[in-house]
Amino acid sequence: MPLAASTPHDLAEVAASDAALRRFLHGLPGVDQVGAEARAAMLGTRSIKTSSKAFALDLAVRMVDLTTLEGQDTAGKVRALASKAMRPDPTDPACPPVAAVCVYPDLVTVAKETVRGSGVQVASVATAFPSGRASLEVKLADVRAAVASGADEVDMVIDRGAFLTGRYLQVFEEIEAVLAACSREDGSRAHLKVILETGELQTYDSVRRASWLAMLAGGDFIKTSTGKVSPAATLPVALVMLEAVRDFREATGRMVGVKPAGGIRTAKDAIKHLVVVNEVAGPDWLDPAWFRFGASSLLNDLLMQRTKQRTGRYSGPDYVTLD
Amino acid sequence: MGGTAPLDRTSPVFDYAPAPESRSVVDLRSSYGLFIDGQFVEPVAGGSFKTISPATEEVLAEVAEADEADVDLAVRAARRAYTRTWSRMSGRERGKYLFRIARILQERSRELAVLETLDNGKPIRESRDVDVPLAAAHFFYYAGWADKLRYAFPGRDPRPLGVAGQVIPWNFPLLMLAWKIAPALACGNTVVLKPAETTPLSALLFAEICRQADLPPGVVNIVTGAGDTGRAVVAHPDVDKVAFTGSTDVGRQIARAVAGTEKRLTLELGGKAANIVFDDAPVDQAVEGIVDGIFFNQGHVCCAGSRLLVQESVADEVLERLKRRMSTLRVGDPMDKNTDVGAINSAEQLAKIRELSDIGEQEGADRWSPPCDLPSQGFWFPPTVFTGVSQAHRIAREEIFGPVLSVLTFRTPAEAVEKANNTPYGLSAGVWSDKGSRILWTADRLRAGVVWANTFNKLDPTSPFGGYKESGYGREGGRHGLEGYLR
Repeated sequence: MPLAASTPHDLAEVAASDAALRRFLHGLPGVDQVGAEARAAMLGTRSIKTSSKAFALDLAVRMVDLTTLEGQDTAGKVRALASKAMRPDPTDPACPPVAAVCVYPDLVTVAKETVRGSGVQVASVATAFPSGRASLEVKLADVRAAVASGADEVDMVIDRGAFLTGRYLQVFEEIEAVLAACSREDGSRAHLKVILETGELQTYDSVRRASWLAMLAGGDFIKTSTGKVSPAATLPVALVMLEAVRDFREATGRMVGVKPAGGIRTAKDAIKHLVVVNEVAGPDWLDPAWFRFGASSLLNDLLMQRTKQRTGRYSGPDYVTLD
Repeated sequence: MGGTAPLDRTSPVFDYAPAPESRSVVDLRSSYGLFIDGQFVEPVAGGSFKTISPATEEVLAEVAEADEADVDLAVRAARRAYTRTWSRMSGRERGKYLFRIARILQERSRELAVLETLDNGKPIRESRDVDVPLAAAHFFYYAGWADKLRYAFPGRDPRPLGVAGQVIPWNFPLLMLAWKIAPALACGNTVVLKPAETTPLSALLFAEICRQADLPPGVVNIVTGAGDTGRAVVAHPDVDKVAFTGSTDVGRQIARAVAGTEKRLTLELGGKAANIVFDDAPVDQAVEGIVDGIFFNQGHVCCAGSRLLVQESVADEVLERLKRRMSTLRVGDPMDKNTDVGAINSAEQLAKIRELSDIGEQEGADRWSPPCDLPSQGFWFPPTVFTGVSQAHRIAREEIFGPVLSVLTFRTPAEAVEKANNTPYGLSAGVWSDKGSRILWTADRLRAGVVWANTFNKLDPTSPFGGYKESGYGREGGRHGLEGYLR
């Protein structure tokens, strides 16, 4: 099995050619679908109550990338969302801010102005999101524009067409190029999240290979989905990706984050994901620096559950702000 | 490659707060009688014994001890019910009762799960998600057969045997009861069942369910007690069929006791199953399968994957992953919904596990357990793995019936099969590989009643289960399971 054999030195060689990369990715241990889904389902039965629930809800709020990615987005919508990101629950000063707001590149400036000084990050999708069907030049220009506008984080999409036809080196080099385009003039670099669009990759074997490919190419985060393809994030997909980041750290010493995005709408779903993080990758990943939820409606359910924890009563949707 | 992993652990730790299942759904009585002829009755001689919770050693109830006279009453009641009612009833009518029982098992599933966990020590997650649903599924499945027996065996006119004497173990009390009672009743037999002396309570609740389902008196009789009671059931001259699940030693005694009689016999005995992991296995799921194979139900499983056979080229990696996974097992209060591994069923079993584990160490195998805080009360044994085990070690040959895994290695598929078959047992085996042809090649050569491929300990009422060699004979489950109860 290649994992045991691979040292950081070996891993530098795996992208030497398309053939070498293919050999490595296809040498990764397979994922048994039934087993992976059963494991995720079992972890989904963990009962998280009282103090641990309070902990998990706050952590989940801090991990949210509050997202709006619509054709109808406007500066006003983004300002409203960014305000909510900073103070998710105006009635409770103890409620932490979310990790980031996630917007299209042309709205980064607006988002950045609004969250200035709050610690909330601005993430921008780029690379001809969500399909990624554009020339490399166009994708890189998209990334540079986002970074120039002040994006702290860039969420790129991989070329699924290239991945599914087996042109792994092309995908690899594109991620490297995007990573280079994330550099700023001061020498720092925007954090790069690599969207695999697992709903289009379909098999867990492909999810594992794409995860390794993105990590080898230097991605800081691997992200499940754009949110535009169904199914988006599922618990077994998150499980397979968390196994990948755990194994990658073991092989290289480098830690990569995971971001399930799309389809996680309830606090209960979010807590199930945190259990999987805890028991599969380990508690090191239980931090907004290493795990995020790409979501919009999730936040309000987290807030309602927080209020329930605090007051003992459920409020209604009219008691949390829309955005 | 960008950022590096933080070396110090500053991240918060996600502690799961206690999530105990409530006991209030269970109405524990201080004492229980025998269930004979549809009534709870006091034993003739008035003997009784205590049943305790192995997790806390708390006495749960006083249970009647049946002697020969009580067993005789039970067999007579079963005979009367057989002759006058049950064997004359149409299959369709019998099916109605079985469907009714299955539905009540589902309706009262929470109560049954809590009671099972209290009396047995297994995690509530397991009794809730495995034992009780599977028990109900067995009744549903055999209810469907009750009026279709002629289609099960075309060309035959299948008839019931009469009175079945059934003796079941303590590892899956309700589930083993279902495996025994559901096919027996579906085929038109009546039963006298003896649950294990450490876990009689779910069978007594089942007796109540029989009354709730208006099952005719005497069709199901439950006699509680220890070995002597079991011997009386097996030896009773008016019993037509003996079905036993338990240890190979007791199985031998029973085979001797019924030899030369007209009684039919099925035995489901011990095992020392090999779980074979090839180098192309889906490694994360294989590790899960190893864990499920040996730590499910504290290893109190006759088909447990107690011997891990791992290909040498991946042995280190698999073991490292296995140990990491074992460190996340949550051992403790069985009533906590997040517990993975519960209490050992009895002091006696704990002593046996300790003894064999100590022998493993003395024979030179390396013993490892993850750090875990075991409760001070009750019977506990940490999940344990032995490496450097050879075929000659006792821990590679004898059934430990506890959370103890022996790891052996192999070089080629042929050697894997040879080692897997090199045991007096043959109940189950597991094969882990991404290559379909290798799975089939291996499964063909394994002498085991059940071979699981890329999974382990998966049970289903439609699938026959039973052993080769010293693991017993006869099959339970599926259409094959009917055969043991028909002539």
